[in-house]
Amino acid sequence: MHRIDCPWCGVRDEAEFQYQGDATVKRPAPDAPAEAFFRYVYIRENPRGWHTEWWHHIGGCRQWIKVVRNTLTHEIASCGSPQDDLEIPGEDGG
Amino acid sequence: MQSHRLDSGGAIDREKPVRFSFDGNSYTGYAGDTLASALLANGVALVGRSFKYHRPRGVLTAGSEEPNALVELRTGARREPNTRATMVELYDGLTAQSQNRFPSLVFDLASANQLFGRFFTAGFYYKTFMWPAPFWESVYEKLIRRSAGLGRVSAKPDPDHYEHGHAHCDVLVVGGGPAGLTAALSAAGTGARVVLVEEMPFFGGSLHVEGDVIDSVPAVQWVRQTIDTLSAMPDVTLMRRTTLAGYYDHNVLVALERVNDHVARPPAHEPRQRLWTIRAAEVVLAPGAQERPMVFDDNDKPGVMLSSAVRRYVDRYAVAPGRRIAICTNNDDAYRTAMLLRKRGLRVPVIADVRLDPGAVAEQARAEGIRVETGMLPMKAYGRHRVAALSFQRQDGLFADKVECDCVAVSGGYSPDVHLSSQTGVSPVWRDDIQGFVPAPPIRRERSAGASTGRFDLAGCLQEGHEAGLDAAKRAGFESSDPGAAPVTTQEASTPIQPMWHAPGTGKAFVDFQNDVTAQDIHQARQEGYKSVEHVKRYTTLGMATDQGKTSNVNGLALLAMARGQKIEVVGTTRFRPPYSPVAIGAFAGHERGKTYQPVRRSAMHACHQRLGATFVEAGQWLRPQYYARPGEDIMAAIWRETDQVRKTAGVCDVSTLGKIDIYGADAGEFLNRVYINGWKLLPVGKARYGLMLREDGHVFDDGTTSRLAEDHYFMTTTTANAARVLAHLEHASQVLWPELVVHFCSATEQWCGIAVAGPSARKVLDDAFGGAVDLANDALPFMGVREFGWRNARARIFRISFSGELAYEINVPWRYGEAMWDTIYNAGVPHGLIPYGTEALGVLRIEKGHVAGNELDGRTTAADMGLGRMMSDKKHYIGLPMSQREGMVDPDRPTLAGFKMLGAEGRLRGGAHLVEDPEKASTETSLGWISSVGDSPAVGTWIGLGYLKGGLSRKGERLYAVHPLKNETVEVEVCHPVFVDPEGERLRG
Repeated sequence: MHRIDCPWCGVRDEAEFQYQGDATVKRPAPDAPAEAFFRYVYIRENPRGWHTEWWHHIGGCRQWIKVVRNTLTHEIASCGSPQDDLEIPGEDGG
Repeated sequence: MQSHRLDSGGAIDREKPVRFSFDGNSYTGYAGDTLASALLANGVALVGRSFKYHRPRGVLTAGSEEPNALVELRTGARREPNTRATMVELYDGLTAQSQNRFPSLVFDLASANQLFGRFFTAGFYYKTFMWPAPFWESVYEKLIRRSAGLGRVSAKPDPDHYEHGHAHCDVLVVGGGPAGLTAALSAAGTGARVVLVEEMPFFGGSLHVEGDVIDSVPAVQWVRQTIDTLSAMPDVTLMRRTTLAGYYDHNVLVALERVNDHVARPPAHEPRQRLWTIRAAEVVLAPGAQERPMVFDDNDKPGVMLSSAVRRYVDRYAVAPGRRIAICTNNDDAYRTAMLLRKRGLRVPVIADVRLDPGAVAEQARAEGIRVETGMLPMKAYGRHRVAALSFQRQDGLFADKVECDCVAVSGGYSPDVHLSSQTGVSPVWRDDIQGFVPAPPIRRERSAGASTGRFDLAGCLQEGHEAGLDAAKRAGFESSDPGAAPVTTQEASTPIQPMWHAPGTGKAFVDFQNDVTAQDIHQARQEGYKSVEHVKRYTTLGMATDQGKTSNVNGLALLAMARGQKIEVVGTTRFRPPYSPVAIGAFAGHERGKTYQPVRRSAMHACHQRLGATFVEAGQWLRPQYYARPGEDIMAAIWRETDQVRKTAGVCDVSTLGKIDIYGADAGEFLNRVYINGWKLLPVGKARYGLMLREDGHVFDDGTTSRLAEDHYFMTTTTANAARVLAHLEHASQVLWPELVVHFCSATEQWCGIAVAGPSARKVLDDAFGGAVDLANDALPFMGVREFGWRNARARIFRISFSGELAYEINVPWRYGEAMWDTIYNAGVPHGLIPYGTEALGVLRIEKGHVAGNELDGRTTAADMGLGRMMSDKKHYIGLPMSQREGMVDPDRPTLAGFKMLGAEGRLRGGAHLVEDPEKASTETSLGWISSVGDSPAVGTWIGLGYLKGGLSRKGERLYAVHPLKNETVEVEVCHPVFVDPEGERLRG
């Protein structure tokens, strides 16, 4: 059971959240070529280790939370709002 | 008369005799007994039959690691299989039965299996039952299930209830033995919130009732004082009968509290068990260690028992597991058992020690007059339903002997209990000096203390516990200026263990007692090429039983290592997974069963529907009226009548379940422009508009109407099924994609109930119902118009929208006014011929009108597929636009929406049917499309449907066949325009 430190609500159980996938992809500008949108919709990294993910706090404040999480150890390094640029820990950090 | 009860001593209450029965025989024990100790006190050595060979088995241990003594507890609906007799507390009237025997425990027919034992070896199932294949289901599986398997479940609903608890603490201490108790003491002394869980009904762990001394007082007294001290502290919670089952991520742990397993039935309103989720800042693991059996021929005879268990039965329960107890060991600990047995007047014919020079302990034993033979391997246990003799032999083969005995106490050394630390994701580390695995350096906020780290001396356990408690508290932010010192006890010198993994023999030497895995099986698996420990585990089933191999793990790994010619640390362990010991499914379910499995959502008008005789249908968690049958009507007749009546006079329908989302903000219009495919900027206040939204991949996501109630206030409706997903989608767009837009959302589904009134008489019905409170004239409230008005003390909204294609309105009132509003409309409508209609008629009406719904929005269709391509604005950007233009999405060969009318009088249409030109050649290759929704249409006079067809409306008038292979049905259909009723839309604008 993950414990996620929601920036608005504090530490809450994973059960309150809905996992929403990769938070490193950015929606292209409206006039971007189709290829850019194709990559945005379909192409995902599947990293072993640190990853930035979306967790939607549906059972709480209903905010989309950015979470830096280690897919191998399940450690969470930091949580923030969608506009935050969260730091990825170094290799030795995990 | 308890034949094997000692005259004095123990922690049992001799003033409280307890009656119980086992296999129909009545016995007496004492309060404080376990079922195992009470059976042993009555001289019952044979308690079960083994899993595969049906060999007679007795009690092996005195704790939760028990592999043999599994019994069916209680009777009737409360019957529970596979309970460990060593963990079952005796209560008056307890009833237990042995398992896996036929017809009786002493005379078991299937024990003939062991005569054919050489066929039942490793991989037996995989090899033997391969051929002929059809035999697997019809013959083999039934045979295996009858002869193998353990207990029987009751198959009746469990009359007891189970609940879930949540606990938070700074320091969780697992295990209430000497290390755990000192850890709890030192941590609690800093002011930290402490929870201590102990799986037994008593604290003290391996401490002896007699003999051990801590802080100059008998250990039992020290335990009592410690418990008193801890109980008096407000921030300490002590939980007995509670097994830590799982150690999960982020220091979330799950424990099972057996609240009322020790009484005949739980008192009223109390649960049988409680499943705790514990969130701990820091954890101290002090679960102790488990003694290992020794592997030699027929080492599973009833009466062969772990040395520590023999000691526990004598010391705590005042039970003699035998009168002549032979001892086999490879370490010092068994000598403590020998000394205790002598003290209690029991005979010890021999201590056979694997070690050549056991040192001081052997001298002490000899001084007591005990025969000690060194350098000895146990060779074979003799006896039928109980051990009668033990043979042993010097390792050099130069000396051998056999002694008579009725119990054999064996000690193959201790394995630190590394289950919980290993569950955190680290592999335990081998230590040669103790011949066991210890926890790896922690990766979570935990540390181990006591015997689970390989400290087997009491002084060491107390010291480690004290330090671990302080360390855990400190890391949780608590420190004491006066941390005190660990309790003191006498130090003991010891001689190291000498490994003895398998005494050579020709019979069956068991490693895993519960799954009947022998040393030979492991050797054979290796010879057949199985090398990885995980493969050997699965091939031989070693450690796969309900005991998770607690007594067999290390012996099995050692034997595999020998077979591979490698060291144990190279072979490694299999992965440890929760639960530590079995947890009943009822405990996981808790109160979430039956009616309380999930909430039932009822609309505000539910009682109205019941009064009108509605039959309800589940729509997600919602209960919706499906139809309102009149006396003598079947479902099809009711649907036909309701559909027909709406088009002739009027009908009223509960549409409260539609998703409703309030949208506020200066940029709300711009926001809608970006999430819907059509334009929203020009929608005036007081108007509604149909909207279609796409997923980012270009497929249709959801549809509904959105109304503009004020300059900065919109009101969106979604389909019932997608209400939650649409809200999450909007929140993503607003918070992640375009945070610069000023717009906010709030779910209003359960704040506003919805009532649809449709049919040519709808206006007259509502005029009568509202008495002129709102002007319904066509120019005052035209099609797609929206008005707010006061109704009684409430604010009501009326939307002139139509799903059926008739003149129709939707009225929203606050939830609590729903019943009153429905009754008002219904009563006003009856004189006009109004009837209530359910979801089925609603469906037929919208199919007749060609409106798409959930079946058409199946996640694979585009707006153009639905014939709504013209709605896609080319003046703006919106979610899904770029991907909706990809080659495959605009392929002219894509199936598009069409209507279908059944030809001929027989049969019916079905959703899911495929459309083909030649029903004789129906296949996925010849399929031209499919039917998505169907209804028996009064307006058309036969079955009609909507569906997707290659070529779509260009095939209008063609005749095709709808084939449904699952139902083996084929009907001829004509391709039609999807709007069967009022294609010009005159009625809904009338």
